[in-house]
Amino acid sequence: MSTLQLEVVTPDKTVVSAEVDMTVCPGVMGEFGVLPHHVSLLSALKTGCLRYTQNGTPTHVFISGGFADVNNKVLTVLAESAEVAADIDTARAEAARERAEKRLAEGGENIDHARAEAALQRAMMRLQIANLR
Amino acid sequence: MPSLKDVKMKIVGVGKTKQITKAMNMVASAKLRGAQARIERFRPYAGKYRDVLAELASKVEGTSHPLLAEHEEKKNCAIVLVTSDRGLCGSFNGNIIAAALKLARQKQDEGMKVRFACVGRKGRDAAAKNGYELLTSYGDRMGSLDFALASSVAQEVIHGYETLELDEVWLVYGEFVSMGHQPPRSLRLLPLATPEAEEAEGEAAGARCEYVYEPQEEQLLAELLPRYVKVQVYRGLLDTSASEHAARMAAMDNATRNCNEMINTLTLLYNKTRQASITSELIDIVGGAEALNG
Repeated sequence: MSTLQLEVVTPDKTVVSAEVDMTVCPGVMGEFGVLPHHVSLLSALKTGCLRYTQNGTPTHVFISGGFADVNNKVLTVLAESAEVAADIDTARAEAARERAEKRLAEGGENIDHARAEAALQRAMMRLQIANLR
Repeated sequence: MPSLKDVKMKIVGVGKTKQITKAMNMVASAKLRGAQARIERFRPYAGKYRDVLAELASKVEGTSHPLLAEHEEKKNCAIVLVTSDRGLCGSFNGNIIAAALKLARQKQDEGMKVRFACVGRKGRDAAAKNGYELLTSYGDRMGSLDFALASSVAQEVIHGYETLELDEVWLVYGEFVSMGHQPPRSLRLLPLATPEAEEAEGEAAGARCEYVYEPQEEQLLAELLPRYVKVQVYRGLLDTSASEHAARMAAMDNATRNCNEMINTLTLLYNKTRQASITSELIDIVGGAEALNG
């Protein structure tokens, strides 16, 4: 069975570089799966969970602010932040969630509101993925 | 002739300075290694970003995305100045600041009002001293760089550009070319120049033709362009941080060498002074003995 080369890259490091059987990405238009020999595709991704299976074992990766590029059996995911489930710092995510919730509860100018909401969403997603490991 | 004690004290003092400069050199070299590794890790990301954006931009001909469009009336210019927080790194900060001020004057001559957004204390101080208005400044952050910092700087100028408060944005930073060469570089951030497709002419062009885009090209471009600004700012930050350490290493290496030189001359002086005092004492003794004998 042929495999797919998955690269998850953030500005600070390469998070995942592996031969995988299948990947499911959180696209902005909905989740999509990428199998080997997928047609060339460029898609924006939303904050969410990227899932890939390697020899039948699934791994979950937190992704925020990125896009996926499928080309020639290589799937490159560029993200502003990405963490494999096992590496997620739950304490930090929990703290971030509380902070964001507090900020939303207090209310304020509009710009802060959007940012706090995005932060809250990221924190929740991190916690959710951390629970999957 | 200075006294023996004075020379001795001076030698000890220079020796202590040398210890400090040597330690700073070693700290800088350790930090440089870290900074270089970060640039190395960032390169695949930046490179891929460039490729994708170049490809996308060539697909979407003649878009009118706000970040790409030139403003008709140019009145306000912002310069993002990236310097280090601390001195003792030779002429590194001075060069960057000089380049930024030159650019600022040039923009003023073109009739624009220039404001500064500074990362690093040295740049902030210089901009304030020269009477420029500061948009924002981030001090003491060069030691703990992350993408979030680049993100917030970029967000600020993008917001300014979109609300027409800024008509042009430049980035001035210290490019890391090699260990011995860190020239200042100015780069126009906004309006954004889309990266040229470099090798897309060859076989890659054919293979990339049947791309599926999700969402539509224009929307995707709108999504990616602001992030490209962040990528460029982040690159400026990383480069400056690596350059700073390289410049400091060189400066401290020089200082250590100068200390050695100084210690050598001082030791020579010390020996001479000691010899002189011994000689004069001997003359005293011999003179005294002669007087008694006589």
